[in-house]
Amino acid sequence: MAAHGSNYINAEKGLASWFTTLDHKRIGLMYMISVLTFFLCGGIAALLIRGELWTPGNTLFDATVYNQVMTYHGAIMVFMVIIPGIPAILGNFLLPLHIGAKDVAFPRLNLASWYVFMTGAFLAISTLFTNKIDTGWTFYTPYSLKTSTAVVSMVFAAFIMGMSSILTGLNFIATVHKMRAPGMTMLRMPLFVWGIYSTAILQVLATPVLGITLLLIAAERLLGVGIFDPALGGDPVLFQHFFWFYSHPAVYIMILPAMGIISELITAFSRKTIFGYTAIAFSSLGIAAVSFFVWGHHMFVSGQSEVAGIIFSFLTMLVGVPTAIKMFNWLATLYKGSIQFRSPMLYAFGFLFLFVIGGVTGIMLAVIGLDVHFHDTYFVIAHFHYVMVGGTLMALMGGFYYWLPKMFGKMYNEFWARLSFVFIFVGFNVTFFPQFILGSMGMPRRYYGYLPAYQSLNQISTVGSWLIAIGFLISLYTIIQCLMSGAPAPANPWGAKTLEWTIPSPPPHDNFDVEPIVTAGPYEYR
Amino acid sequence: MNGLAALMSPAQASMALPSQGTLLAAEFDNLYAFILWASVISCAITIGGMIYFALKYKRRTNTDKTAYITHNTFLEFLWSFIPLVIFMVVFGWGWMIYNKMRTFPDNSLEVHVYGHQWAWDFTYKSGKKVANEFVVPVGTPVKLIMTSQDVIHSFYIPSMRIKQDVVPGRYSALGFTAEKTGDYHVFCTQYCGLNHSSMLAVMKVVSKEDYEKWLQENDEGLTLAQRGEKLYSGKSCVACHSLDGTRKVGPSWKGLYGQKDHEMEGGLKLTVDDDYLRESILLSNAKIVKSYPAGVMPVFQGQLSEEEVNALIEFIKSLK
Repeated sequence: MAAHGSNYINAEKGLASWFTTLDHKRIGLMYMISVLTFFLCGGIAALLIRGELWTPGNTLFDATVYNQVMTYHGAIMVFMVIIPGIPAILGNFLLPLHIGAKDVAFPRLNLASWYVFMTGAFLAISTLFTNKIDTGWTFYTPYSLKTSTAVVSMVFAAFIMGMSSILTGLNFIATVHKMRAPGMTMLRMPLFVWGIYSTAILQVLATPVLGITLLLIAAERLLGVGIFDPALGGDPVLFQHFFWFYSHPAVYIMILPAMGIISELITAFSRKTIFGYTAIAFSSLGIAAVSFFVWGHHMFVSGQSEVAGIIFSFLTMLVGVPTAIKMFNWLATLYKGSIQFRSPMLYAFGFLFLFVIGGVTGIMLAVIGLDVHFHDTYFVIAHFHYVMVGGTLMALMGGFYYWLPKMFGKMYNEFWARLSFVFIFVGFNVTFFPQFILGSMGMPRRYYGYLPAYQSLNQISTVGSWLIAIGFLISLYTIIQCLMSGAPAPANPWGAKTLEWTIPSPPPHDNFDVEPIVTAGPYEYR
Repeated sequence: MNGLAALMSPAQASMALPSQGTLLAAEFDNLYAFILWASVISCAITIGGMIYFALKYKRRTNTDKTAYITHNTFLEFLWSFIPLVIFMVVFGWGWMIYNKMRTFPDNSLEVHVYGHQWAWDFTYKSGKKVANEFVVPVGTPVKLIMTSQDVIHSFYIPSMRIKQDVVPGRYSALGFTAEKTGDYHVFCTQYCGLNHSSMLAVMKVVSKEDYEKWLQENDEGLTLAQRGEKLYSGKSCVACHSLDGTRKVGPSWKGLYGQKDHEMEGGLKLTVDDDYLRESILLSNAKIVKSYPAGVMPVFQGQLSEEEVNALIEFIKSLK
């Protein structure tokens, strides 16, 4: 039936039908195109950074340009790629499918949030390329109040994108609570939905704090209200408290949906039920809750009180536990499974490998006595790239390949997909592992020039960045080739058990011709 | 790789840490070695387990039957509890080291550090001023009292394993006792704009005799406290603050520094330290000492340089 006839892609024709669509699947694809474009921009900035660091002195450009490129890379990748990435692309596409719904709870709000996001994104991009900004993505005061660059328009851009994030979060919470199909109890939801749900709560509760903080910066710059600048009686460290009160939960906005994807991939390609469903589901909520009380671990040397530092160190250890639980649950799921080495599963393995390293180094940084040495060195850079790239981006890529057949009704070429994984995985380690060593040797972050002693490791790191770039180019080729001439995809190419695989690929406009009635959990491989 | 070797002594080379400049650095390295090995073992177990399972349970046919295992309470308890115990051990150990880092002996040699875009200035009690290269004696506790004149900087001595942000509008401190003579790198680690990566300094650790000799070199000027004494009359502090304990318009400075339970209007009690004095000088009405009138003293914010504020504080400190 619908497999050969009408689906969500060909149901309506013309560009206008996309820009006015209320279909969550189409909005997901629109986010996909936007985010991938921004990813390309952020990636080019990353290559420029690594290229410049090939020598201790001037390689490609001077320090002024370097500080801007470093800011572009961070701001684009954080606000426009990693934060919206999984929730806005795969969350939009899959959430209603996963819970057996026709659409999200508020389809118009969903479209509106894409427009809001794009408004913020265009403002950000135009700031980056016309007026320049050199504060780093963290906008630390009082530097961000004193620099002559375009801080105000950039913080407005981040404010607007934050608004979009809040709207999406609200929409997803309402969808999870109100739109589940008959029989789809909370504890029968796929773990991806649990990840998205926990993330949505964080988006709604944490993002407003960022919005307020950014507005205060704008107020201080435009009106001279003394909030953060000590010359006006303000407190610059207060800004860091506000900023990390959002930006630490934001780390979990980035990683929780990724963890959800990994649960889907591992069960599907081991053909086995998940080990410890409730533990994984509730540890997502647990991580989300505790994540609000650990922001001070970004500030151990900032001048916050020493007692506070010790308490934050303790609380951070507590986040480590549910994260370790998830790790062991995934491993236990592999036990006695039937494991197939398809590309999405390779990315899941890549995630587990890199996330363990990101996790243990996270514990090192949470130990307050050790962090004093490692803080603001390349050790931290390596750690959070292992978590954000090794974690979130690996999961996003795995998720892409896993759901590509469902999204477009076409199969990709397994050889090229695996090859791209090899380049990305190897390249990632070559890029970032040397940075742990650089950091323990004491090389500070955000350094345009460095001591000659650090050069060889920096060069290895730069070579690694080229391997990653090759990997992503191969992936781009694989996806284009899949869209142009991929073989038709069956409804359920992987033999997976969640609801999206019960309908044709690509899905019809209304998702389910008949409302599904759910009688079992999402991973019933017997 | 010659450059690498110069940065590290052989003992630390295996962990890629800088040379050990203090006893505390050695303690730091022990903790790091412990957590590094614990991490290597954890990675070996998890990544090794993953690879082992992946190969052992590789899909043979498309109709493979898999085990239906939903959970195992004992295992789950075990792998929550064991990490928790390890985390608590390293947390406690890290806390101990941090405590030592943040405890400054009373007899510390105090050096004032000013960060500004993009250089470090150092002022000694003798009044000696140097930029970007400073000297401390070996085997003596040193306390750096730091503030910034513009944006946030961070003072980082890798060989001492210590770092602290240098924030405008307040003082922060770093303490250490150098064990070996030699030159040590100092980096700014808080991004501070264009030349952030050139904001370097060198700390020379020399013998006590060499330090004394260095301190005397072309030292014709006044000590910091003496400069403060001149400001005391020059800025008319003398009109309201006595040096002998008599009550004038404002509180006397005699024995003021270090006073505990110094009571304010409104009942707040505090210990008189650098930050309190700085605030009382620059923003005189922020806190009013109990039984003294408010709004009498002029605000000196913007009227005094950072160095003048320090000189005044040093003068107050000298009035035992």
